[in-house]
Amino acid sequence: MLRILLGLIGAAFAAALLASLGTDLATYFSSPSEETAEHRFHKEPKELRLASDGPFGKFDRQQLQRGFQVYKEVCAACHGLNLVAFRDLHALGYSEAEVKAIANQWAVEVPTVNPDTGEVATRKAVPADRFPNPYPNDTAARAANNNALPPDLSLITKARHGGAAYVYSLLTGYQEPSPELLKEFPDAKPGEGLYHNPYFANLNLAMPQPITSEGQVTYAEGNPKPTVEQMSKDVSAFLVWTAEPKLENRHRYGIATIIFLLVATVLGYLSYQNIWASAKRKVAAKGPLDPANKAKRQRASKKAGMKK
Amino acid sequence: MATSEGTMVTQVEADHSLRRRDFINIAAVSFAGVGAAAVTLPLISQMNPSADVLALASIEVDISKIAPGQAIKTSWRKQPVFVRNLTPKEIAEANAVKTADLRDPQTLAERTKPGKENWLITLGVCTHLGCVPLGTGEGENRGDYGGYFCPCHGSHYDTAARIRKGPAPTNLAVPEYAFTSDTVVTIG
Amino acid sequence: MSFAWAKPYEPKTELGRWIDDRLPLPRLVYGAIGGGYPVPRNLNYLWNFGVLSGLFLVIQIVTGIVLAMHYYATADGAFNSVEHIMRNVNAGWMLRYAHANGASFFFIVVYIHIFRGLFYGSYKAPREMVWMLGLVIYLLMMATAFMGYVLPWGQMSYWGAQVITGFFSAFPLVGEPIRVWLLGGYAPDQAALTRFFSLHYLLPFVIAGVTILHIWALHIPGSGNPTGVDVKNEKDTLPFHPFYTAKDGWFAGAVLIAYCVLLFFAPNFLGHPDNYIPANPLATPAHIVPEWYFWPFYAILRAFTVDFLWIFPAKLWGVLAMFASILLLFFLPWLDKSPVRSGHYRPMFKRFFWLLLLDVLILGYVGGAEINAFNIALGQFASAYYFIHFLIILPLVSIFERPLPLPNSISESVLHGEKKEAAPIGVTPPGAATAAE
Repeated sequence: MLRILLGLIGAAFAAALLASLGTDLATYFSSPSEETAEHRFHKEPKELRLASDGPFGKFDRQQLQRGFQVYKEVCAACHGLNLVAFRDLHALGYSEAEVKAIANQWAVEVPTVNPDTGEVATRKAVPADRFPNPYPNDTAARAANNNALPPDLSLITKARHGGAAYVYSLLTGYQEPSPELLKEFPDAKPGEGLYHNPYFANLNLAMPQPITSEGQVTYAEGNPKPTVEQMSKDVSAFLVWTAEPKLENRHRYGIATIIFLLVATVLGYLSYQNIWASAKRKVAAKGPLDPANKAKRQRASKKAGMKK
Repeated sequence: MATSEGTMVTQVEADHSLRRRDFINIAAVSFAGVGAAAVTLPLISQMNPSADVLALASIEVDISKIAPGQAIKTSWRKQPVFVRNLTPKEIAEANAVKTADLRDPQTLAERTKPGKENWLITLGVCTHLGCVPLGTGEGENRGDYGGYFCPCHGSHYDTAARIRKGPAPTNLAVPEYAFTSDTVVTIG
Repeated sequence: MSFAWAKPYEPKTELGRWIDDRLPLPRLVYGAIGGGYPVPRNLNYLWNFGVLSGLFLVIQIVTGIVLAMHYYATADGAFNSVEHIMRNVNAGWMLRYAHANGASFFFIVVYIHIFRGLFYGSYKAPREMVWMLGLVIYLLMMATAFMGYVLPWGQMSYWGAQVITGFFSAFPLVGEPIRVWLLGGYAPDQAALTRFFSLHYLLPFVIAGVTILHIWALHIPGSGNPTGVDVKNEKDTLPFHPFYTAKDGWFAGAVLIAYCVLLFFAPNFLGHPDNYIPANPLATPAHIVPEWYFWPFYAILRAFTVDFLWIFPAKLWGVLAMFASILLLFFLPWLDKSPVRSGHYRPMFKRFFWLLLLDVLILGYVGGAEINAFNIALGQFASAYYFIHFLIILPLVSIFERPLPLPNSISESVLHGEKKEAAPIGVTPPGAATAAE
């Protein structure tokens, strides 16, 4: 009785699914949905190799410092970094004095309260502070950027598919829309305040190309030339650090842990074999699957007059 | 009963000497034990102060605006700190006291930095039960000895913030500090 | 536990005897997982996954408790508190990644454990209770995992909460009031977050309790084995300790290696980048997807696109089917009443089992893939097969199939030299010797 009821329920679900399938197929063949411009012309990120890639990756501190410089001089005007504290910059190789200076000279000051009048005021940053946001709130940020909100960059390489490669591709991917795109999708032409970039999911984004010319940022002696490529690479590497400052620790502990576990597992396996040696097993726990047993089973079932 | 193949598990004989072949078992269990012990390390260390708390373990105080006879209250490691610029009269009063008479014998020199005896930097936490003593602000009660006065249970501190009368057992604590310049002190 | 040859607990020290007289806990443990619990000697590695599930429950509870020491359950503070854990708390990054990847591994291990049960007939008499308690554990795990994922308050956290609580509004009349009651508001917000935190902390301990019942129910008949043939005598079993403690131990090491590879070298592989964006109620992500372990159910939910049978809109069909896909498993012992337990001896059943596994993998793929005509159709086929498999195929197979002859006993199947073959239950083969010990 129960099985009949349950069988009917199963049949009902199957029927509903068949109805859905039928309707969807009919719709698909009669009026197939058009492929969107984004789907056709969106490009996957270019390849980017960084020193921090792979299980043994380490940060290239010099690159991180260059990247920080690019952030400071190009991006910080609009993009916050509010999960990173100035003191975290020690990890890039800056000394205590340098970190203090960076904090003290940071263009945006930290909000505070005037101790005498109680009015809203600002003060210079100290290393313990986090990077203050360039705008007091999202509304102000939008008002200053054509209603677009420049995202905070602390986690950007973890918050986007493709990570650092995506950021790098975006920064170096600004171009005129291709002729095929304009022919098939004339609406995909970037409107007022939008710029075409096929690495962006919607193909047109509100940020104009931020790194436009060689030498936009001046690198110190002993560094590679500040081409657009190089600056984009450096700032992408820096943003990998802001998203994962503990990357090197993670890799180090990972290698140690896995080596330890490998040894422990091998010892455990040997111990297991040692203990099980005393439990007689001529056929290694594969009784029913052992070919000899299978043959025996087949003989017995034939003998019993049963079909296989 | 049936065949002889199905022998039972033989228990390890109760030998006093461990047989060589049990060494692997001991090795495996020991390794697992070491692993288990190692796992507890992050579990315990995560309760220690995090990096942002440690960053605030040390602060810089600008003392350029504190005139002699004035004091300010500031916060260090979430506790109040009194920074006072002693007047020469207050210094003389403090030095005139015989340390043998004090509950917690200390001279003013022991509680200040050489060359900067007018700067008295102490925690603003009464050593009795933890209230914040009065005396830093203008017009506040400074107690019978002209230093600080704790209204909770009546502890009186003198101009060197040493306990003179009342239930507090020790002088106001002096934190670790250093003059990074004539106008800036780093506490902690 | 009723095996006559089970070694009774004998305290070897004065202290042991003192405790045993007052609180027989060591005796209980000895009889449950020590030398006093006889286990079939022919278990394969698929039998390790119960203990592994327990291991990951412990990992989740321990890492969860320490994470809760640093997490703020407030809508404005939650996201930043998780980043505080990642950046400032000592070893915080390790604990967070351990907890996030631990949840995934808990599900991987439990899914293998469930599929073991499906293949070897572990749900059949007399272990129906073990099976049903296991399903209760699974449901609790799903609730716990869902609420846990909301806590970081990222985009996927928020929108996942929107979608899942939105299910309830599919039910006519009572649906919307239930949804608002669950959320404590009209959308996921502070009220929902704090109560999810409270329940997320509570449910794992409920899971632990039900797990104890699950193991207790198992220990009444004792563990099953790959042949499905009952334990007959001492030759069929080995004491749990040291044989299966050693086997479980080394294999746990191997699984932990896989876990640590993910934790230390690809910690965000099973996650979604959108959850590193703080929740924004005004901006919906392009593709809302739950975590991978919910993908098969997500596929079933989205497969229903037509308002079939007038009274049931497509959305309600989807929600009902999604719940039904798990609830029907409770009825499995009664849907599949073949007296033969193990799929090794049920050739027809075995083929359909592999089809089911393939089907579930397809459903999983569809649940996480982008929405296009092909994937939707694939999902509809796969969902239909899922219901047909359990509710129509299995009952019919259990009635009509011809199982293979079973071995006489476990020890015979393990060792060479079995002289006798038992006939399948209910058939007396002409001329064959009857099974005798």
